[in-house]
Amino acid sequence: MKDLKNIKKDFTIFQNYPDLVYLDSAATSQKPTSVINAVSDFYKFKNSNVHRSGYRLAELATETYENTRIQIGEFINARSSNEIIFTGNTNQSINYVAYGWARKFLVSGDIVVLSEMEHHANVVPWLRLKEEKKIKLLFIPINKEYRLDYKPIFENEKNLQKIKMLALTHASNVLGTVNPLKEIISYIRRKKSDIKILIDAAQSIPHLPINVQKLDIDFLTFSSHKILGPSGVGILWGRENLLEETDPFFVGSHMVETVTKEKATWSDLPDKFEVGTSNLEGVAGFSAAISYLQSIGLKNINIHEKDLTDYALKIFKQSPFIKLFGPKTSDSRLGIFSFELKGAHPHDVSHILDRQNIAIRSGHHCAQITMKSLGVSSTARASLYIYNSKKDIDQLFTAIHSVKKTLKI
Amino acid sequence: MQDQLYQDIILEHWKDPQNFGTLKDFDRDVSVQNRYCGDNIRLMLKFDKNKISAISFSGEGCAISIASASIFTEYLKGKSVTSLKKINQEQVLNLLEIELTPARTKCALLIFQALQKALV
Repeated sequence: MKDLKNIKKDFTIFQNYPDLVYLDSAATSQKPTSVINAVSDFYKFKNSNVHRSGYRLAELATETYENTRIQIGEFINARSSNEIIFTGNTNQSINYVAYGWARKFLVSGDIVVLSEMEHHANVVPWLRLKEEKKIKLLFIPINKEYRLDYKPIFENEKNLQKIKMLALTHASNVLGTVNPLKEIISYIRRKKSDIKILIDAAQSIPHLPINVQKLDIDFLTFSSHKILGPSGVGILWGRENLLEETDPFFVGSHMVETVTKEKATWSDLPDKFEVGTSNLEGVAGFSAAISYLQSIGLKNINIHEKDLTDYALKIFKQSPFIKLFGPKTSDSRLGIFSFELKGAHPHDVSHILDRQNIAIRSGHHCAQITMKSLGVSSTARASLYIYNSKKDIDQLFTAIHSVKKTLKI
Repeated sequence: MQDQLYQDIILEHWKDPQNFGTLKDFDRDVSVQNRYCGDNIRLMLKFDKNKISAISFSGEGCAISIASASIFTEYLKGKSVTSLKKINQEQVLNLLEIELTPARTKCALLIFQALQKALV
C-alpha cells in the first residue's frame, strides 16, 4: 500500500510548481505521473484504432480499451462489463439517460425528482426534457443542516403516482454533503419499486466506494478527470436490461450492426452507445488512474481526508468572520468547503489567494439553484484530495487572513 | 505585501462607490452579468438634451467591478450620447490606472458592457 505522506512526488505538476497549494480538486484532480505516462505511452506503443483492424498494434489498442472497461466494471461492481459505457464526461452520460431513456418512456405529467444541490449537469438535461415533453420537475430542498429532506415529496400520494425517476447527486460539489444513498434508495424502493434511480457520482467516486449492485440503483454517472484520470472520458453505468431498452443519443459509426440506404440497426451493448472513435488515450490514462487509486486504497484515502476535514472544520469553527456553507461535522461530508469571507467578494478572495499560490474556486460552481437556496450569488470554495495536507489547510487560513489586510476590511 | 491590484483608489471606490443606487426617473435600465464569478451590475441612465443628466449603478460584484463602475459612471456624467458611443475598452481600463489580468479585465469592463447594452 502506498503511503500518503509523500504522495506529491507522484504528481509531476507539484514538481513543476513546488509552491502550489491546490485546493480545487472538486473542479478537477491533478494527475499522477503514471497517468500522464499511460496517455503518452498509448501513442508511443499502442496507437491504432480499436475493434476493427486486424494487426497486432490494433489488438494492443483494443485490449487496453476493453480491459479498462472490465476494470471499471469491477471497480463499481457492475454485473457485466457490457453495462459500462465510455462517454465524454458525466454531463454527457446524464444526457444519454435523459434523451435515450427518459425522453422515450416518460409522458406529459410524469415527474422527475431532482434536488437543490444538483450540478447543472444533472439539472439542465431535465429542464430541456420538461420543455419538450411537459414532464414535471420536483426539487428536494436543502434543509438548515445542509442535508436533503427527501421524504415529503415521496409522501405526497398524488405526486408518487407520477414519479418515474430520481436523479440525485451522491455528494454536493458546493456543500460537501454526502447523501445517504442506502437509506434514500431503500425508502424509495419500498414506496414505489418502479422509480428509476440515477446517481451522479462525479463528486463522490474519487473519495467513496461505490457498489452499484449493492446500492440497487439503475444508472450511475461519473468522470475520469475528477478521479485522477484524464479529461474527455466519462462513464455511464446502467442495468443491462435498461440499457437494452435505452435509445442511443449519438448515432453513426461503430455503434451499428448493419447500414443500408433504408435503415441502420444498432450494435449490442456496450458498443451501441459508443459512436465513432472514442478518447482512446484517455481511456488508457483512466485505467492507470484507477490502478493508482487502488494502490493507495480507498480506505486509506478516507482516513486521510477525514482527518483533514476535521482539521479544517475546527478552524472554520474558530473563525467567526468566515461563513461556512455545509455540514459542520465530517460525518457524511467530503472535504469541500464553500465559504464567504464577510465583507469580501469571493472573486477577490480567490484572486488574493492565487497571489499566494493557493488555488481555490470562486463563482456559482455550476450550481445556481444551490446558490439561490443559500441566498448568495457566489461562494469561494476550497476542496481537498489525496495530495493535500494540514500544511495546505494552514496556508489556506493564513491567506484568508491576509485578504482582510489587503482589502482593509 | 500589498497586492498591486488593490490600490487605495480601488479600495476607496469599492467601499464607497460613487453613483451607487437606483434612479426614480430614468430612460435606460439595463442589467449585465459576469457568469464566471457571479458579478451582476444594473445601470440606469437619464438623458437631458442628449446628454447624461443622471446615472446610477447597483448590484453585487467583486472589488474591481464595483470600483470600475464607480469610476466609470463618474466619468460618464454629462457626456453626450454621441461621445458615449465612441468610448472604447482601452479608455475604460485606463481610468483604473492599474494592471489587470484577462480574468479581472472582464470584471472591470462589466460596467462598460452595461453601457453598450444601454446604448443599443
